[in-house]
Formats: sequence, structure tokens, C-alpha cells
Amino acid sequence: MRKNSNVAFYVPYVLWLALFVIAPMLLIFYQSFFDINGHFTLGNYVTYFQSGTYLAMTFNSVWYAFLITAVTLLISYPAAYILHYMKHKQLWLLLIILPTWINLLLKAYAFIGIFGRDGGLNNFLGLFGIVPQQLLFTDAAFIFVAAYIEIPFMILPIFNGIEELDEGLINASRDLGASPWQTFTKVTWPLTISGVKSGVQAVFIPSLSLFMLTRLIGGNRVITLGTAIEEHFLTTMNWGMGSTIGVVLIVAMVIIMFLTGERNKLKKGGKHHA
Amino acid sequence: MRKFKWGHLYLVLVFIMLYLPIFYLVGYSFSDGERMSHFTGFTFRHYGELFNDPRMIQIVLDTLLLALLSALIATIVGSFGAMAINRTVKPVVRNTVLSLNNILMVSPDVIIGASFLIFFTALNVPLGFLSVLLSHIAFEIPIVVLMVLPRLKELPGTMLDAAQDLGATNFQVLRDVILPFITPGIFSGFFMAFTYSLDDFAVTFFVTGNGFQTLAVEIYARARQGISLEINALSGVMFLFALLLVVGYYFIQQGQSARKQKKGGR
Repeated sequence: MRKNSNVAFYVPYVLWLALFVIAPMLLIFYQSFFDINGHFTLGNYVTYFQSGTYLAMTFNSVWYAFLITAVTLLISYPAAYILHYMKHKQLWLLLIILPTWINLLLKAYAFIGIFGRDGGLNNFLGLFGIVPQQLLFTDAAFIFVAAYIEIPFMILPIFNGIEELDEGLINASRDLGASPWQTFTKVTWPLTISGVKSGVQAVFIPSLSLFMLTRLIGGNRVITLGTAIEEHFLTTMNWGMGSTIGVVLIVAMVIIMFLTGERNKLKKGGKHHA
Repeated sequence: MRKFKWGHLYLVLVFIMLYLPIFYLVGYSFSDGERMSHFTGFTFRHYGELFNDPRMIQIVLDTLLLALLSALIATIVGSFGAMAINRTVKPVVRNTVLSLNNILMVSPDVIIGASFLIFFTALNVPLGFLSVLLSHIAFEIPIVVLMVLPRLKELPGTMLDAAQDLGATNFQVLRDVILPFITPGIFSGFFMAFTYSLDDFAVTFFVTGNGFQTLAVEIYARARQGISLEINALSGVMFLFALLLVVGYYFIQQGQSARKQKKGGR
């Protein structure tokens, strides 16, 4: 009712929604119905759901993403919590974010050196008399490096969630005789869960698509959905099959988003409308 | 109190984990060998090679330009987008737009890259700087929206009403009430967008042609060929640059909060 003259400001945003969110999603859906020769077909989906390889690969990919997210969350939540109580916390937070400005590829490259046969970690283990191990190209190395890269993206939303937490509630809980553990499980955790959820979203889904890490660190032993899509698009040029895997991934993603985000948002929206 | 000390120890360990690989990387840029193991003598040789590599310097400059330009445009579009979402009263519309907004946030990089590749090919957009720039703007907008929106929600509606009752035009309300209030959100949004751009590899890898390279794509190509300490030297330079930016950002923030305190806060 009030204000309607400055609609022009929103045009770029709406255009962006139409051109770069909706259109590409429709296109990838459309493309998935074409075979490598450009003929309309449902064959890609038949292949995907009938071949055990694709299904096993999908399951594997989700499992690795889950492990990466779990490791990241386990490390990040306490770190964010402690950061909240630090002096100069903004400075510390910036130091957490700083490594994300070092390019992802450089960090992966660093780990090639560290995990190498005569690299830093093996030299360090050597001090304790442990013979050099094959560290590079193992699942553990892949999960560790992926978690390493994702940690700042997990700490940041959790930290913001904890910052919004009303300190009075924690004090009240303590005054009313709750143990630190009770305070954590009944007050702190439920009230910071939205930060955790956005952190999980920010880590879990990108973890499905870390195709270059699977090459450089995982040594092609781990094949994720991302690796498969990249190969179909850029190596074998079978865009149809690549799009099909993409569509399956998008559907799974929408489900995850719906489960972790929506209910929470509605609750928040209600509060702010009042 | 004792609990706090354990906390500090934990935080120190996290910081060591975060920074050790980077220092390892930068440390070996001074090694007089050709490999990333067994430090052999101190040298600046690899830095010399780096600064005499015009191709590499061009790529670094292109990457920075891309990050700044895309983050700037994404911040402008995203901030207004957040205002649009914030003003939407109907919960259905609002939630639909928010879900659409978040699609690119939660989409895996490869999906974004692959779908944009189809999109640009369908529209005959040449693959190169333009396609990469558009892609980066596109995947940075949602993070800006998510950073600005919480601040907008905190903005009391009474303040807007007061401003309008006192005769402010829409533009004045925007400039004098809304923008100052959401500035911290806009700053965080810009920095996150900038970070996303510098960090991106996958999307760029899909939509860049042969003509335009970003640092990530170039490093990927070189890392597959094996270790070259010139890349380590590059990491050293990048790290220093990031450090300078962070210090600058910190002082801007400190200045802001100091000013806020002087005004008496809320």
C-alpha cells in the first residue's frame, strides 16, 4: 500500500531469479531427456536406475558427504562456542575466515606435499619411529582435506547463531539449577540449531561435488556424483547423462532443503510478523 | 575459569590445524629445491620466477578483478533483493522467493557449472570472461541476500513509519534510515561474495573457455603435472595479500562499532 514507486530497484534481482536460477534448472531438466546424438529419449533415466554402478556411486557420494559434514560439525561447534566468549572475537573470527581466501586449489596442493610419501606428515611420524605410510590417495585423506576446507563455512553460521542467543537464558537456566550439560542440551543447542542447520546445508551439499579433490587427494578412488557429472560434461561430452545425474541430485537436494530449512523459517517468519 | 583454559587450548589446536598447511605451503616457497619435502637452503629464487612470469601475473590480476567486480555487482543486486523479500507480506510468496534464492546456495558447484554451461551455450554467449563474470555474480547474490536479510528484519518498522510521517521521500528513507542500519550486513555480504569468487574452482572450470583462466583453473592444470615451487611462491604472495585485506577490514569494523557506541547505540 505504501511505497510502490521504486520497484525498479528490484528488477535486477527478479531478472537474476528468472535467468540464473529458474532457467538453468529447467534447462538441465530438459537436457536430461536427450541422448548423446540429440534425440529425445527416456533412456538416460532407465540407465541410471537400472545400473547398479550409478546407484552405488550415488550412495557412496552421499555417505562421504555425511562423513565430511559430521567431522566438520564436530570440530566447528565447540570452536564457534569458545570463539563467542573470546575477547576481540571479531578478530579471531576473521582469522578463521582468512584461510578461505587462500584458494581451494592451493590448499589441496599443500596437502599433496604434506601427505606425500616423503612429505611433512610422514617425516613427523618418522620422529616416533613410524615407517612412511601411504597417506595420499586414501579415503581418510580425502575426508580430512574436505573437512579442512569446509570448517570456516561451518563455524561462521554457528557462530552467528550463538551470537543471537540471549545470554540471560543461559544464566536463568544455571540459576534454576541446571547442570552445564542440561543447559547445553535444553537451552544452548536448541536455540542455536538454526545456525547448525545452515552450517550443515553449507557443507553437506558442496561435499557431493568436490570433484577436483577426488582427483588430487582421493586419487580417483572416490568417485562422487560431482566427478561423474564433470566427466559426462567435459570429457565424454554426454550432456544428457550428465544432466540426468544432475536432476537426481537436484531432487535429493530439494528434499534435504525442505527437511532442514522450511519448518524453521516459518516459525521465524511468524515471530517477525507480529 | 579452568574450563576457559581448556577452551583456549582447543581453539589453539583448531588454529594450528587451519594454518599449518598454509605455512607449510608458504615455507617451501623459500626452499632451494624443486620439491615440497626436505627443506634445502633458503632462497628467493621461486619468487623471482613468479614475478618474471607474465602469464601468471595476468591470471592473478584477472582473478582479482573478477572477484571485485562480481562481488560489487552481486552486493548491489542482492541488497535490493533482500529489501524486496523483506517487504513481501504474503508468507507464500516470501517463502517461495526465499527457497528460489537459496537454490544456488545449496546447489552443488557442478550442477551450477553444468546448468550454466547449457544456459550459455543455448544463448550463444561466448565462453570467456563474460560467462565467468555472469556466473560468479549469479552464485554470489544469494549469500549477499542471506547476510543482509537478518539486519533488515531487525530494523523496527516504527522507524520507517516515523521517517515517512516526518515527510521523508522513499529515497531518503532508503539512504538515511535503511542503508545505515543494514551496512554491517552489506559489508559481510560483500566479503562473503568476494571470498566465494576467489574460492571458486568448479563453476569457473565449466564455463570458462580457452581464452580466460582464473588462478584456480591454472593451479589445477599445474598441480596435475606435479609440484612446482613457483606455485608455493604464489601462495606466499596471496597469503600476504589476504592478511592485508583482513587487517584493513578489521579496522573498518572497529571504526564502525566505535562510531555506533559514540552515538549511544540503542
